[in-house]
Amino acid sequence: MKSHYPLVIIGAGPAGLAAATTASEHGIETALLDEQPAPGGQIYRNIESMPTQRAELLGSEYQRGEKLVQLMRSSNTHYFSDASVWSLNGQLELGVLHQGRAHLIHADQVIIAGGAQERPVPFPGWTLPGVMNAGAGQILLKQSGLVPSDGVVLAGSGPLLLLLAWQYLNAGVDVKAVLDVQPMSNWLRAAPYLPKALLAHHYITKGLRYKRDLKAAGVLTRHGVKDLRAIGGGHVQAVDYIHRNKLYSIKTPLLLTHFGVIPQTHLSRAASCAHEWNTAQQCWRPVNDVWGATDIKGISVAGDNAGIGGARTAEHNGRLAAFNAIHQMGHISQGERDKKAKKDLRWMKDELLIRPFLDAMFRPPSIMLTHPTDEEILCRCEEVTAGDIRKVLEEGHQTPNAVKFHTRCGMGPCQGRQCADSVAQLIAYETGTNPRDIEPYRVRPPVKPITIGQLAGMEQNSEE
Amino acid sequence: MKSDVLIIGGGLMGACTALYLAKRGVKSIVLDKDHSGRHASGVNAGGLRKLNRNPAEIPLTVEASRIWSHIQELVDSDCDVKLSGQVRVAESDADMELLETRAALVRELGYEHEQMINRDKLYELVPALAPHCLGALWCEDDGFARPYHATTAFRRKAESLGADFHSHTALNALEREGDNWLASTHMGEIRAPVVVNASGAWGARLASTIGDQIPVKPGAPTLMVTERLPHFIDPVVGAASRKLSFKQMQNGTVIIGGAHMARLDMVNERSEIDYRTMAESARTVTTLFPQMADARIVRFWAGIEGFTPDHIPVIGPSINAPGLFHAFGFSAHGFQLSPVVGRILSELILDGQSSLPIEPFRADRFPTG
Amino acid sequence: MFKRLEENPTETVMVEIEGTSVRVPAGESVAAVALAHGLIHTRTTTISGKPRAPYCMMGVCFDCLVEIDGKPNRQACMIKVAEGMRIRRQHGAGE
Repeated sequence: MKSHYPLVIIGAGPAGLAAATTASEHGIETALLDEQPAPGGQIYRNIESMPTQRAELLGSEYQRGEKLVQLMRSSNTHYFSDASVWSLNGQLELGVLHQGRAHLIHADQVIIAGGAQERPVPFPGWTLPGVMNAGAGQILLKQSGLVPSDGVVLAGSGPLLLLLAWQYLNAGVDVKAVLDVQPMSNWLRAAPYLPKALLAHHYITKGLRYKRDLKAAGVLTRHGVKDLRAIGGGHVQAVDYIHRNKLYSIKTPLLLTHFGVIPQTHLSRAASCAHEWNTAQQCWRPVNDVWGATDIKGISVAGDNAGIGGARTAEHNGRLAAFNAIHQMGHISQGERDKKAKKDLRWMKDELLIRPFLDAMFRPPSIMLTHPTDEEILCRCEEVTAGDIRKVLEEGHQTPNAVKFHTRCGMGPCQGRQCADSVAQLIAYETGTNPRDIEPYRVRPPVKPITIGQLAGMEQNSEE
Repeated sequence: MKSDVLIIGGGLMGACTALYLAKRGVKSIVLDKDHSGRHASGVNAGGLRKLNRNPAEIPLTVEASRIWSHIQELVDSDCDVKLSGQVRVAESDADMELLETRAALVRELGYEHEQMINRDKLYELVPALAPHCLGALWCEDDGFARPYHATTAFRRKAESLGADFHSHTALNALEREGDNWLASTHMGEIRAPVVVNASGAWGARLASTIGDQIPVKPGAPTLMVTERLPHFIDPVVGAASRKLSFKQMQNGTVIIGGAHMARLDMVNERSEIDYRTMAESARTVTTLFPQMADARIVRFWAGIEGFTPDHIPVIGPSINAPGLFHAFGFSAHGFQLSPVVGRILSELILDGQSSLPIEPFRADRFPTG
Repeated sequence: MFKRLEENPTETVMVEIEGTSVRVPAGESVAAVALAHGLIHTRTTTISGKPRAPYCMMGVCFDCLVEIDGKPNRQACMIKVAEGMRIRRQHGAGE
């Protein structure tokens, strides 16, 4: 790894791959850093070594990733796998851990394409072994060909839930139930956006197909589910829920939940980019323009970490950010940039048609986001409950950073990734504040793990 | 608004001053441009250290140590104090000589709290230490506490006795008006006969507005903390010829400091960690505690603090203005001193003199120009 | 809890999970092989001692911390299996 690259792209998912290919094609020396062993991001994970049969299970959207990866591989991109970025600052200095060795490198332009993470939504029992994210289930399927052996319940909201249920169905898995927690009111909230959304119908037709297949297979599907609970001692044994005012219980050793995805903002926040609360998507995201440019010179964001848009939008985002970076470095004029970006800009316009519908439709019920019961754990690392937080709120410490100091909530190894949003939303609700007026946790480096020994070894190899 | 005393800065020094004033029935208003403990007071390493202090600070640190050992009585909270001692290890003969000279100096001044210990005693106290050390200077009743908890406890206790704290209230201007000071803030004007400047890294700026030029510069010492580790060490460890402060907290995390400075942007009040110095700090750690190499770092952070040229604080009356007292520039080792500084300030204000010697901390000791 | 879709992987390595030798496909994460092996919980928490298991599988939750080759706090979902690797549950902070 060199100590300087004109362009550094973080993350080899669809946005990062498209950006790297575009920049390399324009003769820009580009480093693409990715923490996984192979390119593709979470969405196209393991795409290069996927057995045919498993690839078919995953569907045609997954297979799109193959071409993206091939194009990057055949470009001049300096691709580094097993390379996590543990620090990024406003001077475009990056701390990188590559195959266990720490480096400090510099860039003239940085594109953060670190993607999304699942929206953490606490509910009783969500820390039990046997309760996992639906995305985790998908990663196990893509990476290792692992599927539930003794049945599974899927619960939550959002397109991934249906997709995974459909993939499991095709793999012969016993899908015991799909429990949809979207309140019926989401239909009302989403309805005004539907006519426009139909113009971008590929999303909707896919969703309807999954639904039809699940129904035909006789999979129990419940809508408007409330009071979701994972029940068990050492591990989950059953899922309890309320449907139409009646309590149900399903025995299961595995519960996979999904409540949509949120941008991974640790890097952009560590670099002190401005962030804003997005009400439609119920999450923070970096303030960025159509090119993904942030308020910090030289740093742009692309793909889901710029705001949730999905895999296809991420590709276009990646190219737009790359065109702009190439322009910023003086290789093409503004006019050339705009001309090259025409197709991608048109896609972004179409995207704006469907996104409001999806955001409104799949928004998790606000009761789950703002009213956790006192015994529910919000901070999985430090085991801080909603009750603990309400106690310090009553004592007058009413900001996420003050709550953090007083309870250690968000100070554990995940660095607040699992509790930042729930804590902010709880505080917003309890204090009658709009989440957009709440200052989230200050993000401290390192944003990815690095050991003292690795840091100690840094100086010697930073010039390699 | 009116008050007996107006304190600028709601950190440790300001809160302790308000507390000691309140204990004697004197009301104060405390302003903080952020909130108590936002900078140096809340995010320092929490060391309760008498060991290796500047001789001028020894009378104060000894008295502060006595207060910390009974901190519950003062603030109704134990502030997570753990008095497990501090050692300063020697890694060479030259280090040993340095420490012995130091021990002799402290003895000559009439104090007994810094003791030389031999190799055997050192490894009995710190079995996890790498085997090359030769001995150490040892202060048995030193230790550490949780700074944010302590700052909060001091503030709460002061509030319960009538002190009036205002967060997010910056001082916009400070002027004399007859026998009073007139302070303007976004909440309006505040009048008080006495003002205390306890504004840390911003102390020199405030001092200069009333004509006191005090060369205190802001700096941002960096700390790092690891994930929770199994309990392996009790005393706080420093080194004779390295920049290090190393301690395991009650929750198992290890806090590592040593006055490595971050790059500071004082306009935006932000600091950028300098990873090259952090790598140096990490090498110090792996030299003295090789098993720490596999421990993961969870956070780096830096707090903004005021530093004097001679690295001892400014405590005492203003050079040019009547009714104004300074207490800032603690140069990253004020945490332990804070209760005694609060008491001294209350004495200066109410009795006109301090019960402990503060001559070395005079605001006018620095050469002008 | 989980089963493999395909048997007979082309490349394998031997690892030890809680003292039992297991042959597993090369290239997989430690968390995946632990789940496939039926290790229901992979750690107990530092505070209450409650059992936990891999949750996100993508390096953001840190619930899959295990002891690998005697070193605690390894992120099982981000570390690939290697020949001879010894994988154990982590108890608390790693006592």
